[in-house]
Amino acid sequence: MDFTFLWETFLHLLSGVPLTLNLALVSTALGAMLAVLLTAMRMSALPPLGWASQFYVFVFRGTPLLVQMFVIYYGLGQFRPVLQSWGLWAFFREPYWCAIFALSLNTAAYASEILRGGLQAVPHQQVEAARASGMWGFLLYRRIILPIAMRQALPAYGSEIILMVKATSLASVITMLEVTGLAAKLISQSYRAVEVFVVAGIIYLALNFAITRLVAFIEWWMSPHLRPVQTASSGAALQHA
Amino acid sequence: MRDPSFGELVGFGPEGWGAALLTATGMTLAVAIGGFAAGSVIGAGVTSAKLSRNGVLRAFGDGYTTVLRGIPDLLVIYLFYFGGSAALGAAGRLFGAEGFIGMPAFITGVLAIGVVSGAYQAEVFRGAFNTISRGELEAARSVGMGTWLRFRRIIAPQVLRYAIPGLGNTWQLVLKESALISVTGLVELLRQSQIAAGSTHRPFDFYITAALLYLVITAASSHLFRRAEARSLRGVRRT
Repeated sequence: MDFTFLWETFLHLLSGVPLTLNLALVSTALGAMLAVLLTAMRMSALPPLGWASQFYVFVFRGTPLLVQMFVIYYGLGQFRPVLQSWGLWAFFREPYWCAIFALSLNTAAYASEILRGGLQAVPHQQVEAARASGMWGFLLYRRIILPIAMRQALPAYGSEIILMVKATSLASVITMLEVTGLAAKLISQSYRAVEVFVVAGIIYLALNFAITRLVAFIEWWMSPHLRPVQTASSGAALQHA
Repeated sequence: MRDPSFGELVGFGPEGWGAALLTATGMTLAVAIGGFAAGSVIGAGVTSAKLSRNGVLRAFGDGYTTVLRGIPDLLVIYLFYFGGSAALGAAGRLFGAEGFIGMPAFITGVLAIGVVSGAYQAEVFRGAFNTISRGELEAARSVGMGTWLRFRRIIAPQVLRYAIPGLGNTWQLVLKESALISVTGLVELLRQSQIAAGSTHRPFDFYITAALLYLVITAASSHLFRRAEARSLRGVRRT
């Protein structure tokens, strides 16, 4: 075991972590906003809006993310004069923005389905009870529907965030040097695939473990009604323990 | 010389790449099916490890699914491509061959997809196994069925029935993952589109065509899986 090499690899790959997290967080946040819009369209009373949203989800879930990235990064280059005249070329020229764009569009499709599942899982009696006590519109959403729906959707959304962290690795194919990009470069220079793979794998596992714990904590924080009740005797038992 | 139209580019005429794209689509299907099949075998093995009474095997099974579902697929592909080439080179030197021996890209693809999808399929199989009632397993044992017979007659048919929706999702993942194999140079759909885009300077036309072909495959296979699911549930009483 060459520990010097492993340690140097670790330090080298660690320098890619900020970019990996940056890509994952920015595109998850943008994707979440788009997902809310898509879900609102899907649940709206206007059929064409619902169809558009369904079609969007069908296209983005039915094609590989790498192909979506290539269409945006390499494909749109074909329309360079048009994009330049619209002032959008500065955006589509940068691999960073293309990666963010593709990742956001992609995760929005998955997240909107998760969100829809959460909204559909809100018990109808709760909505009726809220209406009966005079809540309407925004207040109904803020107090009753959204808290229940978000709690229902959180576990699935947590898996989606993990998938996003993994998906940022595809940005390395369009020249971004995040963790996988650095690892691939290192492997092709040193031909020590196994060592580099192990170190990169540990970094990704650590990131995903941290995210899993964070999501579990938010879930715990959002479901106070499911926690065991703190009684005087249990408090006393804790003090004795 | 005027630019060829989109139809001429992706069509079957003298300037068309249609035949090449369809061949590459066949390669995409081949590598995806091969990887999915390898993943089924690996998944079945990992599931039996996860369900075993042996603590070491259980820990291995849990570790396998946690690790392989937590790291990017692209890393696994690089591991098999570069690592496989290094191993082949070392084996070659043992027999006196010199220099770099490249890992065949198709085998890399099947192995990498198989190893990753094996982790997902293991979770699908385990979930399906848990729906089999204990009573049925005990009944099979009490009428004297051995391990293999029980697996063949009682476990496999029911696990497969309940696993179909989950396997359908995994197949969609595998199909999309197969596009990543293009980084190893295997001429599947995405790589062929890259080649065509490079030689015609019309990247958008070809990547959109590739996206459409992927869409056709995923739509057709989700239709087939829905049919299979309906068929497998013929004998199940609906409550």
